[in-house]
Amino acid sequence: MFTWLTIVTALRILRRNRLRAGLTLLGIVIGVAAVIAMVSIGEGAKQAVQKQIASMGTNVILIWPSGTTVGGVRGAQGGAVTLTVGDAVDLKKKVHVLTDTGWYTRGAMQIVNGSQNWNCSVYGTSPSYLTIRDWSYSSGGAFTQADLDSAARVAILGQTVVENLFDHGEEPVGAAIRINNVPFRVIGVFSPKGQSAQGWDQDDVVFIPYSTAERKVLGTQFLGSVGAIAASTARSEDLETAVEDIRSVMRARHRLQGEQPDDFTIRTQVDMGKVQEGTSETLTVMLMVIASVSLLVGGIGIMNILLVSVTERTREIGIRMAVGAKRVHIMTQFLIEAMTLGVVGGFIGVLVGILAARLTTIIAGWPTIISSDAVVIAFIFSVAVGLFFGLYPANKAARLNPIEALRYE
Amino acid sequence: MAVIVNPLIVCQDMWKVYRVGDVTVQALRGVSLTIEQGEFVAIMGSSGSGKSTLMNILGCLDKPSQGHYWLDGADTGSLRSDQLAEIRNQQIGFVFQSFNLIPRTSALENAQLPLFYRGLPLRQQRALAAAALERVGLRGREEHSPTQLSGGQQQRVAIARALVATPSLLLADEPTGNLDTQSSREIMDILSALNQEGMTVILVTHENDVAACAAREVVIKDGQIQSDRVTKAKIHVAEA
Repeated sequence: MFTWLTIVTALRILRRNRLRAGLTLLGIVIGVAAVIAMVSIGEGAKQAVQKQIASMGTNVILIWPSGTTVGGVRGAQGGAVTLTVGDAVDLKKKVHVLTDTGWYTRGAMQIVNGSQNWNCSVYGTSPSYLTIRDWSYSSGGAFTQADLDSAARVAILGQTVVENLFDHGEEPVGAAIRINNVPFRVIGVFSPKGQSAQGWDQDDVVFIPYSTAERKVLGTQFLGSVGAIAASTARSEDLETAVEDIRSVMRARHRLQGEQPDDFTIRTQVDMGKVQEGTSETLTVMLMVIASVSLLVGGIGIMNILLVSVTERTREIGIRMAVGAKRVHIMTQFLIEAMTLGVVGGFIGVLVGILAARLTTIIAGWPTIISSDAVVIAFIFSVAVGLFFGLYPANKAARLNPIEALRYE
Repeated sequence: MAVIVNPLIVCQDMWKVYRVGDVTVQALRGVSLTIEQGEFVAIMGSSGSGKSTLMNILGCLDKPSQGHYWLDGADTGSLRSDQLAEIRNQQIGFVFQSFNLIPRTSALENAQLPLFYRGLPLRQQRALAAAALERVGLRGREEHSPTQLSGGQQQRVAIARALVATPSLLLADEPTGNLDTQSSREIMDILSALNQEGMTVILVTHENDVAACAAREVVIKDGQIQSDRVTKAKIHVAEA
């Protein structure tokens, strides 16, 4: 009963000073809206990163040659050529959790279509590599095992390459192009994958069968040598065992003794994602902290206005005490006023925050995700801020001496 | 048959000492006073005589530094501030010189205030407050805010607020101090009528004609009772 009437009274008092209450609310509104908008942007960024990682394929393990050490001079990672097609085939046979293995060799080549030319990375891969890395096609399709076996002169183009070699509306599939002066037939075009997590254009590529690359275009350092091996597992939980098994199989194949370091490096998608996710996690936390600070400032606004209110209404407090209000009554009245500011501010803030997030997506084109957790937490936090910053003024009001309060001018 | 009625108020050698900086002010210096139920007492004195201090103590807004004050048999000196608040709520009605209504709040809600802190249901609060307003002749003015009422009307709202909780003691501190003669008359008539109905009324004033309404006159000077005399024989309401 008392509580309800006090809420009604508090609302009326706030309505009485509309402008003042509005300006006080603004602090909380901005704080809550900032929290929600910032978290939405952070979450959006995180999901974009996760999407990028997923674009590498699912449950992928990559194996690169390690750097070499020749007479104490260390070469860069991938500098040595130690991996072979034989490794890849053997891994698939011996490591049972692997669903497939693929391989590629790479080089930069001149691509020519009619009068247009373009220079980009040419990958000679096994067909399995295409499935492991989860490429999909906007037209045409992949090359097959038969193409690999016969070293067919067929090519799949990335979107960027298509844009640079073909006029708008010209159909690339079926076209004859030349790679390093060797004629090829285009059999497919990849769907765009966009930028990689490292920032390079994943669509600026041409894929041809490994055997064709080895014999006719790129050449290899020795027969069957590859730039990297990719493998995949059915379940992400298997990645760890797969890595261990791959290491032991590879060490045995490369005849490495107990003390010798690996001459290859194994990376899983999880490893690669971690760094990126860590970055966006930091971003979210930072945005959250900034937003929380503004919420705190809003709380101080509440405290300020309540202190003014206590001073202004000293006489009223005296009257209330004279007719029998206990300290707890006075305290509750001011706390409820503070919480009302928090609740109303929080509610409006949530709406403004969602709106701001939407606008960010529409205007700036950033992905945003409105997380219901953030909404709930921001709202509860704003009420708590109201309560916390209401405590001091409310206590001050409750401790007034009724005689002095009644005499206050 | 003699009915033994405990005195409503018993003050015994009450002292009140304030410290203002280095100066010690003795506002009350050994006041002893007994007031029976149903009396109409005027406490008189010039400003600085200590009458306001006495009034604050009688109204349970303050406690004596020394001595005792029993209200309706309870020693108020030993009570905590919340217990004093409860006594004010249950037993005491205040009427102030400056009306002391809550601004921008209707007459009805002002009159409801003591019942609000008593925790009565809203419907009952409204009914009792409306009845109290009617009692002081403000029927139809329930929704008016203080600024829409004249001084006399505001004071009547204050009286309605004081009597809504049916207190055993009505304390009026210069109730006519801010009013014209006509309004003063009306207010004093209401207070007299309430006393006729059996309510104990204590009036603090420095005006002789206001004090003349009371049946007993206590004069305070320099924190001590200078004179205490009955000015009118108590008029007993016939129970016919």
